[in-house]
Formats: sequence, C-alpha cells, structure tokens
Amino acid sequence: MTDSINKNKSTLLKKEKRLALILLLPTILIVLSVVIFPLLANFWISFKPVSLGDLRPPKLILKERVKANLSDNSKLIEVHYRYRNSSIKYDLENVIIKDKIPSSFTVKNIQPSRFCKVNLKELICDLNKVSSKSSGKIILKIHKNDQWQKNLDNLKKTKPLVSFRSKNVLTSFEFSTENFKKVFSATEFFEVLKVSFYYTIFGTAGALLVGLFAAQILQKSFKGRSLVRGLLLFPYVSPVIAVAFAWVILFDPFSGIINSMLVQMNVIDKPINFFGQKYADIIIFGYLFKFPLALSMVIAFEIWRYFPLSFLFILARMQSFPEEVYDAAKIDGASPFQQFYYISLPFLIGIMSILFLLRFIWTFNKFDDIFLLTGGNAGTRTFTVNVYEQAFAISNLGAGAAVAVVIFILLLSFSLLFMKYSKKETF
Amino acid sequence: MFWQYGLFYSILSGCIWGVFWQIFFTVVGILTLGTPLNLELSQIMIIGPLAGILFIQSQKFLSLKFHLIAIIAIAFLIFTSHLGDPYQAQDENRLMILLLILFTSSFIWISLNHSLYNLKPGKLSKHDIESFYIKFMWGIGLILLILITLIPFYIMIMTSLKNQQSLILNPLDLSVNLNTDFKTLFNSYIELFTNFKFHLFLINSFIVSCTTVIITLFFSIPGAYALARLRIPNKKIFSGAVILIYLIPSIVLIIPLYTIFSYMGLRNSLFGLMLVYPATTIPVALYMLRGYFSALSSEIDDAALIDGLSRVQIILKIAIPLSKPAIVSVGLYVFMIAWNEFLIAFMFLDDPNIFTLSRGIMSLNSSEIPQQHLMAGAVIATIPVMVIFLYLEKFLISGLSAGGVKG
Repeated sequence: MTDSINKNKSTLLKKEKRLALILLLPTILIVLSVVIFPLLANFWISFKPVSLGDLRPPKLILKERVKANLSDNSKLIEVHYRYRNSSIKYDLENVIIKDKIPSSFTVKNIQPSRFCKVNLKELICDLNKVSSKSSGKIILKIHKNDQWQKNLDNLKKTKPLVSFRSKNVLTSFEFSTENFKKVFSATEFFEVLKVSFYYTIFGTAGALLVGLFAAQILQKSFKGRSLVRGLLLFPYVSPVIAVAFAWVILFDPFSGIINSMLVQMNVIDKPINFFGQKYADIIIFGYLFKFPLALSMVIAFEIWRYFPLSFLFILARMQSFPEEVYDAAKIDGASPFQQFYYISLPFLIGIMSILFLLRFIWTFNKFDDIFLLTGGNAGTRTFTVNVYEQAFAISNLGAGAAVAVVIFILLLSFSLLFMKYSKKETF
Repeated sequence: MFWQYGLFYSILSGCIWGVFWQIFFTVVGILTLGTPLNLELSQIMIIGPLAGILFIQSQKFLSLKFHLIAIIAIAFLIFTSHLGDPYQAQDENRLMILLLILFTSSFIWISLNHSLYNLKPGKLSKHDIESFYIKFMWGIGLILLILITLIPFYIMIMTSLKNQQSLILNPLDLSVNLNTDFKTLFNSYIELFTNFKFHLFLINSFIVSCTTVIITLFFSIPGAYALARLRIPNKKIFSGAVILIYLIPSIVLIIPLYTIFSYMGLRNSLFGLMLVYPATTIPVALYMLRGYFSALSSEIDDAALIDGLSRVQIILKIAIPLSKPAIVSVGLYVFMIAWNEFLIAFMFLDDPNIFTLSRGIMSLNSSEIPQQHLMAGAVIATIPVMVIFLYLEKFLISGLSAGGVKG
C-alpha cells in the first residue's frame, strides 16, 4: 500500500520535473545562446589578437571578362580572369579556380601555364597560395569557330567556381595574453580604475542620498503629491539618449543656457565647457584646487537620472512603517530630528544598503550615460567606456574583450557580495 | 543665545527665501523676455529679512487684506530699492518687470507663510526649532527637486520649437512666439518626419518593443510559474543564476554579439534586435513574475489539480487571470527597457531604414544638423514613454519597484 503511494509520488515528482523543464527550456535556450554563449565567446576573444577588420573574412575576388570583337579579324577570343585577395593581412591557401568552357571551343593556350590546365572542357587553375594584398591575372585564349558568337553567351553565362582556404583568427586555436598585457600595462589602467570607482561610489551614494531626501519630502501628504511623485520619476523613465542630449545642450559652452546665464549675471567671465574640461581651477584660501569638472558633471547626471529609483524604494518602505511608533515617540518627547535619526533611519538602513549594493553594480556597469555625455573624454573614461574605446574606436576587438573580462570579474565579486548580504533582507 | 529666538529664524528664512525667489524670477524673466536682466542680490538680502520680521510680528492679525498689503509693500520696497529700475532692463518691458517683482514679493510672502507659520518671535523650544528647520527644508527641497527634475525637459521642448537663427542670436531667449503659425513653430518636427525618416524610426521602435514584450511574456510566464510552484531540484541555484544573469550588462556582451551576429548576417537587422532584447529582459521578467506567482496562494492550484486541470490549464485559467495587473506591470517595464535601449541598437543598426528611435537620434548628433532637430527627436522619443507612464503610472511604478534595480 505505502509502496504504491510512494511509487505514485515519485512518478508524480518525475512528471513535475519534466513539466518544469519543458516550461523553462525556451528561457534556458535563449539565455544560453544570447547571454551565456557570448560571455564565453568574450573570454575566447580576449585571448586573441583580433581587430575589427578581421570580422570580414579574407576572400578571393574574381572578375571574368571576355574580349572578343565582332569586327576583329583575329582568330582568337581572349578570356581574362582577374583575381585579388581582399585581405590585407592574411594569405589564402589552396586556391583553386574552375570554369566551364563550352564544348565547341578549343583552347589555344593559357597563361600562366604553370598553374592551369584544361581538363574535359574545364579550366582548372591551382594557384596554391595567394598572399595578402596580392592580385593576378589568368588569360585563356580560345580559337574562334563558326558558332562562336552563340557559344560566347554560354561562356559568359557559366560563372567560375572559386575555392580556397583561409586562416580565421577567431576560430583558430592560437592564443596569446597580449591583450591582457596591453590592458594592465597601460598607464591609463589605474586612471580608468580610479575614475570607475569615483563615478560608481559618488554616483550611487549621491543618488541614494537625494532619493532619501526626496522620500522624506514626499512622505508628508500635501495637495498634488501623487502628481509630484510622477514628475520626479521622469528622468528615470525617459530614454537616456533624450535626457543626455538635453543636458549636453543645456550646458553647451556656445549656445547653452547655463553658460549664457552665468555670463549674463557676471558669475563667470567666459563660458565653461562643462563636459569637455577635465579640471577646473578653484582657488580656496589661496590654495589652488583642481576640481574634476567633467567627471563631476557626469556624476551629477547619474544622480539626477537615478535618484527617482532610490526614492521610489525608500518611499515604499517608509509607507509600510506603522504610524503608531512615531506617535509613541512624540508622546515620549522625541524631537523631529530624533524621530528621524532613531526611528526612520534604522528602519531604512536595510533597504538602503541593499539598494546601495545593487545600484553600485548597475552604476559600475553604466555605459550609455557617459558615452553620450562626454564620449569618455576629459577624464571620464570608465571601464565600460574603455571597452567601446578599445574595441570599436581603436578597432582592437581583443583588447576590448579583455577589458570586458576585467569588468565581468569585478562584477562577479560584487554580485557574490550582494547575494551574501541580500539573504538577510529579501525584497 | 540668539539662535534660540523666533526672530532670528524669521530673518534667516526671509533672507534665504528672498534670494531664492529673486534668482528664480530673474531667470524666468531672462527666459521669457529674452533680454539681459541684471541680477542684484544685496537689496533683497535686506528686504527679505524685513518681510520675515513683519510676518512673525503680525501673526495674530493675519487676514486676506493684510496679506495683500504686505505683498504690495514688499514689491514697492524692491522697486524703490533698485532706484525704480530693477534689472536695468529696457523700457518696453516695464509691465513685465512690474509683474516679475509682484511675483517675487508674493512668492516670498507665501513661502514665509509656510515656514514661519505658528512660530513665536520669542524664545523657542528645541522642538519648535527643529520643526522650523524641517518645514523650511521641506519647502525649499520640494521646489528645488521639481525644478531640477524638470529643467532639462523644459529645455528640450523649448529648444525644439526654436529656429537656428534665434538660437544663435540669443540662446537665452526661450520665449515661444505664439503668433507664429503652426508650420514655423513645429518646423523641426515636420523636417524630421519628412526628411529624416522619423516616421520609420517610430514604427521600427514600436515593432521591436512590442515584439520584445510579447516574446518576453510568452517565455517568462511559464518559466516563472515553474520556478514558483513546481518542485525542481537545485531550484535555489537556478534562481540565483537568474539574478546573476540579470546583472550582466550589455557592454560585456557587445563584442561577442557584434562578432557572432556579423558572421551570421543578423547584425544589421531588426530581427537581430528582437533576438537580443528578449534575452536581456527575460531574466528580469522571470525574477519579477516569480515573486508575484509565489504570492498567490497555492491552495487554488491544489484545488484545481484535484478537479483535474493540468498545469498548463492552471497557468492559462488561474495564474494569468489572477496576476493580470502584475503581468501588465512587467510588460510595461519591459516595453520601457526595449524602447529606451541604446547601446545594442547603436552597435547593430547601420541601415537608416531600420533605425530605431535611439539610433535615429544618435544619427542627428552631428555638427551639420541643427540642435533643435536633435531636441525635437528627443521629444519624439520621450513622448510615447511619458504618455504610457502618465496613463498607467500605477502599473509602471509597481513594475519599477519590483524589477527597477536594473537600468
């Protein structure tokens, strides 16, 4: 009796497992093919000297031209085959060109005769190797016969067949650590590291603090509160490209409003290039202080765009808080600051630390914002922008992939940290 | 000590509110008049505190009449303290200047009304002082937050309505001449839709975003149900993997994706985008929906199983109808991600006929194309998201708070 129940149970369990697998399979497949496989491919590429140009595999370009003149008295038709290696880097090997010759034609000679022969009305040229950037010509001479004009069309119609073997850096098994050496030895590596962490820490902390402030303000109920709450989310929900360009135009040194306004009000003498100037000299108590202007602007944008998110989470958490606790504190004579410091803050610290860690990861991963604002210039190049810079601006895909590997490893360690802490606080 | 007295706080808030509104309305004046206005703050730093003292001393007999008299008195003080020529503006703007001053004085008075309400001029308790600070910070904080949030959007819309000449002549003139006809006012928009193929970009963006939403929901609903309800070995590891995958940024994947898609000839196509976008959004959707499904009581499922429904039927007939709002939230959130996506569209698309809006706006970012076109493009890309957001704010907010840590 119990045996059969157990048996039923286990078959049910098996069935459930199978069903779960079927339900999850499409997800697993698409994530495997578009996320996991590229991730592995990225490791592969990072160990290879690949440039953007290598994505176009080397090819043999062949052009056929028939030279025959109706009025020409000569008894010969000439067929020219011009070939060229499209790659400027890699040789082509085992190159063979084949072309059919209509049976009514008889071949007089072929140049260069070393490589080519005619076999059963078929031209076969075994060129063996066509080195990079090189080109050549094969000339086939054919006797004219009675029906040559009709057959000429046949000759033109048959397309020559080309076969060759080329080396492909991407699929070969040659590896080098050149990319990593380049990434780590560059003097800019530490600069990039420093900028990345400045950007991430100040951007995350700033957005969190402004979010906390906004949540405090919006917690009090007033007329039009839900409207204001909606307004404050605008920066986050609108497309990054739209708001980034709005900022660029707002702070433009030539036609930007902020600059003309500051000049107009005599705050500054000449326009400041907010997104293009690495340092601004500020003199405090006679001491020259170099203020990283562009980086600060990018951080300000980050705070502006992402404070709504922290605000939303903190507000949601605050509204779930029992009001009676505050009432009790008021009766006990706690001042408003004490209420905030001793009641609200400890209550919010959990969500805020989780938000900090998660936002830290996302800010670290941020690419679009900096790329659109400064293009990574003027001391704002973070790791993510460096990936683009190496891979697509300098067109060294391998080096870009190596930077991406560095990002991934840092990301993985942050994530593990996050997972460890988030167990305490679920949301 | 002096900082224990209400009078001190009335002076302090009068000074700060005075300077704040003076700057604010000078900027408003510059932007609406388009003429240079001189900003002088020394006068208001005396008038503001005077207004503060007036308010705190007269709390007992406040009435509508008194308010009006006070506002006019402050305005008069501002006017005379500038020797009758505040802002040193041209004469033709006299009426507008008067209006600005009236606005400045009334906003100073209203703000004082808010932050000094019920404050005694005499000695204050600690509780009163802190309440004052909180009220004061609340007022200034609210205004600053709204201003800072909206200014870039304001600039975006206003710039898009200007023409090249007036922008170069005076970048500060953001006034819109309502007498101009529709065609000149919306010239940039008309230009974008006729010469820059923006109608195509709009359609492409809609196709890509909607397809992404459909594919994502189609895959993630059964997946999330399985994760929430069915007994799977190593469920925890699987759920952890979902979060991890969800944290991988597209910049790490862009090089191999670019390489692989180039080889397969999928790169310069909308189909390629429709393959990549769902893959990046499915983990988010799975993560969000799993939470929603777990919150549904499992007894309903058990009852349905006993009644002979299969799991697939349960998903279709029970889980989906019960979590409709959640699915709408997730769908909207995914739509927003796909609509706003920039990097992959920028790297993948070369052919202007298949540009999405993000990619299309990027192509406007060149020195040959005037700024107002760029801003008009930005407005076109922003409006659909805003419309959806305002209509379905509740859904989107719950979507944002469930999965919004991404982005």
